[in-house]
Amino acid sequence: SHAVFLLQVENVKLLDRYASRKAASGTLYLTATHLIYVDASAEVRKETWILHHHISSVEKLPLTTAGYPLLIHCKNFHVAHFVIGQERDCHEVFTSLLKLSQPVKPEELYAFSYNPKMSKESREMGWKLIDLKLDYQRMGIPNDSWEITDINKDYEVCSTYPPEIVVPRAATKAVVMGSSRFRSRGRIPVLSYLYKENNAALCRCSQPLAGFSARCLEDEQMLQAIREANPGCPFMYVVDTRPKLNAMANRAAGKGYENEDNYENIRFKFIGIENIHVMRSSLQKLLEVCEMKSPSMSDFLTGLENSGWLRHIKAVMDAGVFLAKAVREERASVLVHCSDGWDRTAQVCSLASLLLDPFYRTFKGFMVLIEKEWIAMGHKFSHRCGHLDGDPKEVSPVFTQFVECVWQLMQQFPCSFEFSERFLLEIHDHVYSCQFGNFLGTCHREREELRIFEKTHSLWPFLLQRKQELRNPLYRGFTAYKELQPNTLPFSFQFWCGMYNRFDKGMHPKQSVLEQLLSCLSHSVSLEDSAAQLEN
Amino acid sequence: MEFAELIKTPRADNVVLHRPFHPAVEGTLCLTGHHLIFSSRRRDNAEELWLLHSNIDSIEKRFVGSLGTIVIKCKDLRIIQLDIPGMEECLNIASSIEALSTLDSVTLMYPFFYRPMFEVLEDGWSSFLLEQEFEHLSSMTNEWRLSCVNKDFSVCPSYPPVVIVPKSIDDEALRKVALFRYGGRFPVLSYYHKKNGMAMLRSSQPLTGTNGRRCKEDEKLINATLRSGRRGFVIDTRPLNVAQQARAKGGGFEQEVHYPQWRRIHKYIERFHILQESFIKLVEACNDQSHNMDRWLSKLEASNWLTHIKELLTAACLAAQCIDREGASVLVHGSEGTDSTLQVTSLAQIILDPRCRTIRGFEALVVREWLQAGHPFQQRCAQSAYSNSKQKWEAPVFLLFLECVWQIHRQFPCSFEFNEHFLILLFEHAYASQFGTFLGNNESERAKLKLPQKTMSLWSWVNRPEELSRFQNPIYEANSLVIWPSVAPQSLQLWEGIFLRWNRPSRFLEEAEEERINIIKYNKELQAKVNVLRRQLAEMETDGEVQEEE
Repeated sequence: SHAVFLLQVENVKLLDRYASRKAASGTLYLTATHLIYVDASAEVRKETWILHHHISSVEKLPLTTAGYPLLIHCKNFHVAHFVIGQERDCHEVFTSLLKLSQPVKPEELYAFSYNPKMSKESREMGWKLIDLKLDYQRMGIPNDSWEITDINKDYEVCSTYPPEIVVPRAATKAVVMGSSRFRSRGRIPVLSYLYKENNAALCRCSQPLAGFSARCLEDEQMLQAIREANPGCPFMYVVDTRPKLNAMANRAAGKGYENEDNYENIRFKFIGIENIHVMRSSLQKLLEVCEMKSPSMSDFLTGLENSGWLRHIKAVMDAGVFLAKAVREERASVLVHCSDGWDRTAQVCSLASLLLDPFYRTFKGFMVLIEKEWIAMGHKFSHRCGHLDGDPKEVSPVFTQFVECVWQLMQQFPCSFEFSERFLLEIHDHVYSCQFGNFLGTCHREREELRIFEKTHSLWPFLLQRKQELRNPLYRGFTAYKELQPNTLPFSFQFWCGMYNRFDKGMHPKQSVLEQLLSCLSHSVSLEDSAAQLEN
Repeated sequence: MEFAELIKTPRADNVVLHRPFHPAVEGTLCLTGHHLIFSSRRRDNAEELWLLHSNIDSIEKRFVGSLGTIVIKCKDLRIIQLDIPGMEECLNIASSIEALSTLDSVTLMYPFFYRPMFEVLEDGWSSFLLEQEFEHLSSMTNEWRLSCVNKDFSVCPSYPPVVIVPKSIDDEALRKVALFRYGGRFPVLSYYHKKNGMAMLRSSQPLTGTNGRRCKEDEKLINATLRSGRRGFVIDTRPLNVAQQARAKGGGFEQEVHYPQWRRIHKYIERFHILQESFIKLVEACNDQSHNMDRWLSKLEASNWLTHIKELLTAACLAAQCIDREGASVLVHGSEGTDSTLQVTSLAQIILDPRCRTIRGFEALVVREWLQAGHPFQQRCAQSAYSNSKQKWEAPVFLLFLECVWQIHRQFPCSFEFNEHFLILLFEHAYASQFGTFLGNNESERAKLKLPQKTMSLWSWVNRPEELSRFQNPIYEANSLVIWPSVAPQSLQLWEGIFLRWNRPSRFLEEAEEERINIIKYNKELQAKVNVLRRQLAEMETDGEVQEEE
């Protein structure tokens, strides 16, 4: 209501892609942050809001009898097809949206202007809500074998790691520094998760600068220290999540993978997850399938297969399952990397943690997991999500895939997550919305430089406030399930209509079991109150 | 015939049973006339498996030394493996099972021998009489009548003794129409839409032949269902060219010249062996665990199963739309009128009629639109997806219907009184059962077999309160609306409850269901408690007032 309209266009139609119902007709407004469409033809005033940051592309389509079509694709898979009466209006909307949806400077991002009228104290409290140190404490760290060190406080070890990292106690400063020179971008092996039951550790890093023959004593000592921190197992796994061919190609560039002969007692293994470019094009193909007009069953299934999307999801899941199994069943520590160790590595480490530890399946735990494995460890959200006008080749749905893997797990284990699909969709929305500071920039150092902790809000307290609507009514509590051992046969994976066709309401179940159960639960709570009052 | 003659080795010890997701168990195998019984010897955790021979779809045997292995594939799609020591025992058992699972006389089937251990509260054989349905209809309209023209099954052998037809058409006319329709299946009322008085009729194809024969009574019959000046729709479940070709064999379709008030729509629904092949391919794909993702998706696609589901739902929506949205009467038929026709008319009723979404109503629908309407269950369900014998009359027509109901159920999870298990139960019993309900191909055969006298009805058992509770949907809320399902591919899913039932662990999904039931149950208990407390409080207050007055 206080919004200032940058632009207002009357006589705009919004087409419904599936329903044969007549198109809505109304007014389109542009504000500094949103495109707002108000449907005047509906009996009840209906508004469609699209955040500029959510827009991934704006296209002008050829003139039709109805007017000038404008097709908007969003990063949350919303597709809006407007038809504007006047060519001049259409062009104006088009150019405005191009500008508004592709900010050039970080300061232009929504988070820096978003003002939810909150006190400075609560804003600061919000940023303190997730404390990674507490999570390490939960794992029993520091302990005899592992320590939290601030060796990276000046980003001398690694510019994309946080100031505090967890490394084996046995690794001296010289070993850490030496290893960092032998790892791509200095991303040395650090602890991701310690499985307290048997001391097996999940560690992560980037690829070694091994080339065809290079060695690094400190790096070898680093791995030895990780292996020896888990005396229960005589060996450790080193898992390269890339396809073998890709890893071999990297050797020619002086990078590559560990030579089993140079490292004591390691078992080296490739897990073929494809790179960000393959994933980007796979999603593109999937979305084309999702947008087909009245496809046949064959069109859809063939398209789904050809997109390769579920194949990639399965590959990520298989990798997560392998890691969890190695840790739990073989009691072996595992060191995971890909190339830079911030995409595939983040996916599989967070997934394995989620499989191993029920804490990460709670609201708070899931937030911790994302803060720890994705945000702190330098997943380049800004580049992968295309927050700013930049290189389109850097954009890739790496985080989306992780979120989908969690959803696939929810399908198999409906009672083991505290939160519902809605929570996942909410987080997914905000990874792109730039409304909160959490996902801005590419790493901790950059977020400090952007002063996001002073200037923006953290997403998590806002989501926790909405716990009631985001929770899973079937959740059986923290202790009901320990480790999850999902079935990863192909038929266990479903197409996630709720994500990729989320805004095509006509395709979704018309009645929601989730909704029904949530309202039943809240009704029960009020009945409990009445019962208690009546009994008095 | 004595079953004992077929059972050469009635018992074998030290048999090992393998099932997916269960540890192997050792125990004793016994064969009886109708069952294969396996019981483990473990005292701590005695386990028994009872399998009806009629549930066995195929059996394979192989030997490693003197250890024989029998793989049994069931009509409910389960696969079990038995390791039997001793070559002779194994061969004997295999051949007995083979013989006992392929008895050709209906009267040797288990329902004729089954003695129920439960008290019959209501005889299911008379739970759903057409007379009751007609009574319900009469409360809404007087345009229809019950006709007993087929009381001795002479007019139409695949129709029940009584049918509902337009009041203005007498039995003499019906006899003439029967001669004009394939198999005597003249148009009868399938569903009456109370909201606007429109009717859905079903029949078989008209016998127009190549020279365009016509039948005035047939035209009069179906025209009698039209409001003056309004048009009706004939939904022909064959493609136009097939309908045209049918003329050469004496069949045909309603021609515009003779049925000017009717618009014909050809909505093709696949039939017979095509469906059976599709079923076999899908089950094969689901059982092959060596597939990678691409191979699985391509096998799923190639099976065409979901295509059939989509087409069927589309046709049902079309019929429902004609009635509810266009306000037109509809006549549905294909060739024989015993398969795709029934799929369409019964699914349209699920969409249109909230009564069909209750347990009783759904049972009534299955009785009326499938059993009494003469769907040849015995032929269609003789074999399931593992059979090698490719008889051309076997087809998963009823299963496709059940799956479509499941798809609609998934999209409207609160609108059905029953749950998924109820649909699975019907699938199982259509293929193999201790009850006589699904025996025979039509009412005439059932009467000849004296099924109501000699066998127990599935409904007698399932409608007992203790059984019913297992099939109730906890989140059901009666919904009087027409429910339009989405037929977009994204909205349709493989029915895991049937096709992946034996291929995945079920524990976590069962726990979710328990949780759902508990949430609703707790809520209801609380509500009851609060109501009692409120009443008590009200009573105390009035007591108080009375005392004050005194």
